[in-house]
Amino acid sequence: MAAPVKSMDKPPAEFSPLNFTSFQKKSRTKSLSIPGTRPSVQNGQLLVSSGVTSLDYLLGGGLAVGTVLLIEEDRYDSFSRMIFKYFLAEGVVCRHELFVAAAQDDPDDILQELPAPILDDVAIHRPGEQPRMSCEPQDTLDAMKIAWRYQNLPKVQSALASSSRFGHYYDVSKTMEPEIRQAAKWHRFYHPEHPPLSSGTHSPKLESYSALLKSLRDVIQREGFDLTAPLPKSRNILRVGLHSLGSALWGDDLCCYNNPKNVHALTSFLYGLRALLRTSLSVAVVTVPSHLIQDRALMGSITRLCDNAIALESFKGSERETNPLYKDYHGLLHVRQVPRLNCLASHLPDHKDLAFKLKRKQFTIERLHLPPDLSETVSRVSKGELAGAATAAAACSSATSSAKHLDF
Amino acid sequence: MFTELNSILNTSPESFTPGEFILLSDRQSDASFLIHHFLSFYLKARCKVCFVALVQSFSHYHAVSQRLGVSLTQAKEKGQLIFLEGLKESLSVFLPQEENAGHQAMSFLRDPAAGLRSLYEFVQSSVVESSGGGGASAEQWGPPVLLMDDVSVLLSLGVRVGAVLDFSHYCRTTVCSQLQGNVVMLVRCDGEAEEDDADDEGSEQLMRGLTHQSCLTLHVQGLPTGYCRDIHGQVEFCWKKRQSDGQHAPKKVFQFKVHDKGVSFFARGTSRAVL
Repeated sequence: MAAPVKSMDKPPAEFSPLNFTSFQKKSRTKSLSIPGTRPSVQNGQLLVSSGVTSLDYLLGGGLAVGTVLLIEEDRYDSFSRMIFKYFLAEGVVCRHELFVAAAQDDPDDILQELPAPILDDVAIHRPGEQPRMSCEPQDTLDAMKIAWRYQNLPKVQSALASSSRFGHYYDVSKTMEPEIRQAAKWHRFYHPEHPPLSSGTHSPKLESYSALLKSLRDVIQREGFDLTAPLPKSRNILRVGLHSLGSALWGDDLCCYNNPKNVHALTSFLYGLRALLRTSLSVAVVTVPSHLIQDRALMGSITRLCDNAIALESFKGSERETNPLYKDYHGLLHVRQVPRLNCLASHLPDHKDLAFKLKRKQFTIERLHLPPDLSETVSRVSKGELAGAATAAAACSSATSSAKHLDF
Repeated sequence: MFTELNSILNTSPESFTPGEFILLSDRQSDASFLIHHFLSFYLKARCKVCFVALVQSFSHYHAVSQRLGVSLTQAKEKGQLIFLEGLKESLSVFLPQEENAGHQAMSFLRDPAAGLRSLYEFVQSSVVESSGGGGASAEQWGPPVLLMDDVSVLLSLGVRVGAVLDFSHYCRTTVCSQLQGNVVMLVRCDGEAEEDDADDEGSEQLMRGLTHQSCLTLHVQGLPTGYCRDIHGQVEFCWKKRQSDGQHAPKKVFQFKVHDKGVSFFARGTSRAVL
């Protein structure tokens, strides 16, 4: 181990990869002044947390400021809505400003449903420690009596997590206290409150999207998030949450027809959104009901105009819900696109087989793995036969009869 | 600039074939690293470069180019590089404000169905002035080069496929034929290969049209066997018939991995991860 000697007498609980070396990268002081952000290890990009720790890990540490995360909604919009609320709640806790736009629910209602942060957990939590899983028994680490060889092996952790702590934990069973919520500064855009203006100057664009883009631009310029403007005294992050873009409630017909009239309305809007975000201190999460959009090529161009893209596929209502293979999970998560920003090589996830589940209090993303097969019957018999056949082929003919009783 | 790629293409900044139209395309992968390559390649070759960046900001290209050893701001100051930042200019069209009228080049966004005439006029003015007059400028640059990232985003903005093909043909005539320069364009295709048939009016059709116009195609795609962390995809190099020696150059396929400061190319199945 390449650890310096003086760090060896520290209690092992405080070990983190950062303590192993005294060499520290010089960081720019300018970018560190905003609470709730940190620079990326890879390219120095300023990151904010998405509110879900495992999602942060998946996206390479967090959401880069100036980018758009696209979430393809699951069929009932229950889990995508949850991630959306996590993202906003993290903004409230970090005292970022919010911009919430919706066509279906009033943004006020969305804000009232935000999950409650587990704040006392933050105080206790040490940076090197793995996040505590609620279902994990913590006191079973006694010395093993039989399988003592395995005692020192690290615990298998299927939940994705990084070693250092970033973001907060939330209890989805409770809603956030009103006093925390009211401390946050936020802007709203509720589509029914903005009647169409019947100007019709931009042919490929819809009035609803133009009004949304204009309202967002006004907030960015007024509140000093614009990077091209002269620096205000203190900088903050604007978190933009746009709910269910492309649905019929926005006046869009992408979801209704095979050949929609406004094919380019949403893509043009996303192009404008990207242009707006790249020059400002803001980060956006956009959800799109992709299962309603028939045209896959259109969905591809929507994805390419966002930076990150993930898709949620819930088991609810599908035959997979009753499949024993998936009994531990609530759905699958597909990574459609990873951002490529200010660097040649982008962060790629280790696997693409990912699943999510909603525990009693917490939403997590895990590697998909099959449950251990504890039944005595089906698969083992076939494995035994396979092993027998293999040994027979290797001309160990005397051992074939006894090999049937072995599992390996 | 990736030296491995130069040796595959048998070219170098000192000697490259003028008058070529190079098409970069990708499917289920990302070919934007090739744009970075050609940008730094032509800047090192002392060409006059006109870069139409539609999907990324200047700061992105600047940050990456710096890692590849080229400074875009210096090139811009010297007059070698003309950079059109599509994102920034589009904003003044989408959200018009009183004080700035916006760049003329992106004014096609007001009425995308009408075609890309304004963008072509921008390209023409920036490449022609370099080769024609401009004797007062201190340095003389080589043949003009037009680089465009992600032409297919124009389709998302409402431009017809035919208009983009017309635009590329005009650019090819001006830059490649008249001025003996090069054109490099990137086009991105959606998902699943060729499974949907002729009714697909979109990026597929655009790619076929541009492939027909091009002299050299670099087609990047994901691995057919699925996602792998150590091999990011494969590149297919297709040359069209060359006039000089009159023989077909063979089609080559390489797998690649993108690193922080470069890309390594290797023959299929010879990745370090599997050997």
